[in-house]
Amino acid sequence: MLTYDFMVNAFLASGIVAVVAGIVGYFLVLRGQTFAGHALSHVGFAGATGAVLVGLPPLWGLVVFTVGAGLGMGVLGERLSGRDVAIGIILSLSMGLGLLFLHFYTAYATQVTALLFGNVLGVDSETLWTLLLLGAVSLAALAVIARPLLFASIQPELAEAKGVSLQLVSLLFLAIVALTVAECTQIVGVLLVFTLMVGPAAAAGRWTSRLGRGVVLAAILALAEAWTGVTLAYYTDWPTSFWITALSAAVYFASLPR
Amino acid sequence: MTAVEFERVTVSLGSRVVLSEVSLRLEDGEFIGVLGPNGSGKTTLMRAILGLVKPSAGSIKVLGKPARRGNPAAGYMPQQRQSVRSLRLSGWDFVASAVNGHKWGLPGARAAERKEIDWALATVGARDLARRPLSETSGGERQRLLLAQCLLGRPRLLLLDEPLLNLDPHHQRVVVQLVRQLQKELAMTVLFSAHEINPLLGALDKVLYLGGGRAALGGVDEVITGPVLSRLYGSEIEVVRIGGRIFVMSGAHDLEKSEHRHDAHL
Repeated sequence: MLTYDFMVNAFLASGIVAVVAGIVGYFLVLRGQTFAGHALSHVGFAGATGAVLVGLPPLWGLVVFTVGAGLGMGVLGERLSGRDVAIGIILSLSMGLGLLFLHFYTAYATQVTALLFGNVLGVDSETLWTLLLLGAVSLAALAVIARPLLFASIQPELAEAKGVSLQLVSLLFLAIVALTVAECTQIVGVLLVFTLMVGPAAAAGRWTSRLGRGVVLAAILALAEAWTGVTLAYYTDWPTSFWITALSAAVYFASLPR
Repeated sequence: MTAVEFERVTVSLGSRVVLSEVSLRLEDGEFIGVLGPNGSGKTTLMRAILGLVKPSAGSIKVLGKPARRGNPAAGYMPQQRQSVRSLRLSGWDFVASAVNGHKWGLPGARAAERKEIDWALATVGARDLARRPLSETSGGERQRLLLAQCLLGRPRLLLLDEPLLNLDPHHQRVVVQLVRQLQKELAMTVLFSAHEINPLLGALDKVLYLGGGRAALGGVDEVITGPVLSRLYGSEIEVVRIGGRIFVMSGAHDLEKSEHRHDAHL
């Protein structure tokens, strides 16, 4: 299996992304912002297709659009919290825009499945380096804001009274989420970002009530799901993303009866 | 020493004037019950003391200095939200999140911070709650953890926003006694807001009653009277005392009870 370059790349790429997604996802679940994460991935679809239309690599279109939307959500902050309808409408609008861009650039239509559902077996070494860089930036930024982020997530009013800027923390965190979403898209596609960002983190949160262990467990679960998914895909020839979603769902439901 | 001083303070939220030219002086080391109908500004008063709401006129001083955000001398227990009740984090992690939570960097307590958390948990008798997830604690246990959290940094002024909400009468008594005991042991000034005066009777030194943008401060017998409350509510209020309990009535209607019931359904 590992004699093939594309398989080595697949393991490396899904490994990098899974660890980042598990850790960032833990905070996303803790903050109850999972739907925002889902929406950001859909915004990314418009970004990726738009980038192709103007001749840029789709990954950078994804990054620019998701981070832009993440910052926008952060600025709107409290006004957007709980506004599932507004987020949902932006989500649909983005998919619609993506469709329009595809309409203008039909040659790209073959790549659409990869964008929607991921294509981990098609990761080249250049993309691998980009993923490593983006992942490092995400985790480094998270390490800087983790303490006030945790405080602001658990006790926002108290955090505010103690001098934490809720808006700044929320803004930075959504930018980190956006970067992570853009990364996840490379592995599981825009439609299935939940499977790496939310599934493992939610299960970890149910299995341990300790913060540190929860973060580590979320990363381990995501990594295990991603690598097992790639392996199963190799032996069954079924899509990797299917296996990852199946494993993610299985792990999450296994965590429920407690 | 004056713990909190308001000088002709006006606070507006949007177009609504919540406090209108309120002047008051809270002496250091007192347990003050903050009462008043819904929307009378109990939370806003606390947020103004914390520097989270800027008055449109007047000045607020906390322990002799202008009110400001991030004042380490002020501890705060915000009104409890639903999300805290369903949090699966352990009591320890919940309390610990507030230790130096405003500083950048990774979470995780250093030795001195761990000692401080242990002290706070022990002080409120919540050591055995530290390992359990918050979602598996009772309302009374959660209040202990919340209290431990706001004792971190050893504040001299403690602002508690509706700590009795959704507690049964037994746990209400336990919380009030615990706060009273802490207030004396640690020589703190406590502002304790509640819907009803009765659970606080016997524990409090003074009552701060808010209503109609105004405030009345004094002993229970000075403030909880028909004339004073009629002025604050802007309508005819009768105060009935039965067997050591106080009922604030408008016509045949028990005002404080109905406020409470209204909120319990939220």
